[in-house]
Amino acid sequence: MSWSALAAGGGGRRAGGAAGRRASAEGGGGRAAGRRAFRRRTGRRRREELHGRLLVAPTLLVVGGVVVLPMAAVLVLSVQDLRLIEIRSLSLSDLGFTLDNFARVLSGPGFWAAVRTTVAYAVLTTAGSLAAGLVVALALRRPFPGRGALRALMLVPYALPVVAGTTIWTTLLNPQYGAVNEIGRRFLGWEAPVSFLTLGEAEVAGVPVPVALCTVVAFEVWKSFPLAFLFITARLQAVPRETEEAAVVDGASPVQVFRHVLLPQLAGVLGVLAVLRFIWSFQNFNDVYLLTGGAGGTEVVAVRVYQELAVRADLGTAAALGVLMALALSLPLAGYLRAVYRGRL
Amino acid sequence: MLAVLRVAVIAAAAAAAAGPLLYGAVLSVRPFASVVADPLAPPSPGGADLSAYPRALADEEDGGFGLARFMRNSLAVAGWTTVLAVACSVLGAYAAVRLRFFGRDAVGGFFLAVYLLPGIVLAVPLFVLLGRAGLAGSLPGLVLVYMAQTVPVALYMLRGYLQAVPAGVEEAAEVDGCNRLQVIVRVVLPMAVPGVAATALYVFLIAWNEYLFALLFLVADRERWTVSLGVARLADFAVPAPVLMAGSIAITVPVVAGFLLAQRLLVSGLAAGAEKG
Repeated sequence: MSWSALAAGGGGRRAGGAAGRRASAEGGGGRAAGRRAFRRRTGRRRREELHGRLLVAPTLLVVGGVVVLPMAAVLVLSVQDLRLIEIRSLSLSDLGFTLDNFARVLSGPGFWAAVRTTVAYAVLTTAGSLAAGLVVALALRRPFPGRGALRALMLVPYALPVVAGTTIWTTLLNPQYGAVNEIGRRFLGWEAPVSFLTLGEAEVAGVPVPVALCTVVAFEVWKSFPLAFLFITARLQAVPRETEEAAVVDGASPVQVFRHVLLPQLAGVLGVLAVLRFIWSFQNFNDVYLLTGGAGGTEVVAVRVYQELAVRADLGTAAALGVLMALALSLPLAGYLRAVYRGRL
Repeated sequence: MLAVLRVAVIAAAAAAAAGPLLYGAVLSVRPFASVVADPLAPPSPGGADLSAYPRALADEEDGGFGLARFMRNSLAVAGWTTVLAVACSVLGAYAAVRLRFFGRDAVGGFFLAVYLLPGIVLAVPLFVLLGRAGLAGSLPGLVLVYMAQTVPVALYMLRGYLQAVPAGVEEAAEVDGCNRLQVIVRVVLPMAVPGVAATALYVFLIAWNEYLFALLFLVADRERWTVSLGVARLADFAVPAPVLMAGSIAITVPVVAGFLLAQRLLVSGLAAGAEKG
């Protein structure tokens, strides 16, 4: 949370400085009338200050109580030896300090495998989501009849409830009556149905492929490419036509135009999207849990946090795992915020 | 060559975007036995078998799966979340756009913080804190969590819409003796109705679709399940596929229809951040 306080300090200083300069410039007259006007203005200024704070207060209260306070609480919880059933009788004087949770989490079976899975999942999803969004945005760039409807259609996977998406996908991939396996057997010559959601690894043309992991990545790409598509489309609309036309006149191939004219223009928005998608995928719980429950080599760290909390009912290790997760995310987050505040993105 | 590629990409993208939903819709109107016998067949020419829908919607006592009740719960939760989150964020966005006050620039940073913090990490302490406050397992507790999750996004979107409202009218109203709240309610809101509606729809969508916190707080109490939790739980039991598909379609159609209707407005609000880059 430190950067948010930092932002508050920085922003406040900037606003305060500007207000001070304005006030001294306005108060420089020295005559009685000028003083009255000055007083009126500072009264107005003070009212504005008060109203501004009052109007933001409900938002701050809710976000403070349900986001900032819990973030502080998770730090405290991570150094407690605490089971879920103990919270009813818990009082502040019971709080202790132990690093056992972190030790247990770090040496727990499958922890590092889960870290690797999470990173692979986040990287693959980010790359896939951006690539798909970019390709579709470019394909739908030139106007044609029905383009508006198609663009709207692209947003459907993003808008539908994630549970509806996973339920339909699970049925689609069902080994007994799912359409994908039926097509595979009937038209592609598959000998046996593929259990896409539980199969850890399979040989495809001699190469081992993590089937279940690829399936959850494919789902997340499907669910999230519309957002990339949306942002890239918006940015594409702001690209000036002239440079591109000049490049075409100079004999540049479509690939060259994309590489040297469009891509530099899109670099900013692609950067933002990459960081955001990585952060969101890294912490994704819903999609993986709903599709596989963590089976078949898809146990990501977020699913582990849930298992510790809801299944093993161990608050301490769940919180410790959460803290580690937040720490891991703070790195891309800091990079992103730096870029934002320097006005690069 | 490039034209062919473009058509192929568009066709594949359209199939990917709409295909699964269409597949779900087709399966929901076929009897389960015929799905197992021939997974790829279109619905029987004799007409669609719509019986899966009333079965999914009916209460458990009537041999159904209670989806109508889940929908009422979700409607209440998402509705209250929308009203409260939009009320908070209209005030906050107005302040951030029109007033100079200490910490105004931090409002944007706050938005980012909440937007990017892992929900699953917040879930652990929220489980404890709401449990201690006696709010875990209650729909108001869920509304509070959803509010915190959506207010920052709503504030960010509304800020963009309010910037487009001319300030001159407000000054005139102020001169006429309106106080700040009256100015917001009587002057600013009427001019920003489309933006407020789009924001409200987006908040509703997030609250209606949410799964993790519903799972954590409500799983023990079937009476209070929301649509996401309900359909996900049904998928765990041996519920026939057509009923599951009917449930999925029933909870999807309202939000997707709303989203598509307001699509232009929503898109301009969501993508506002991309244009300056």
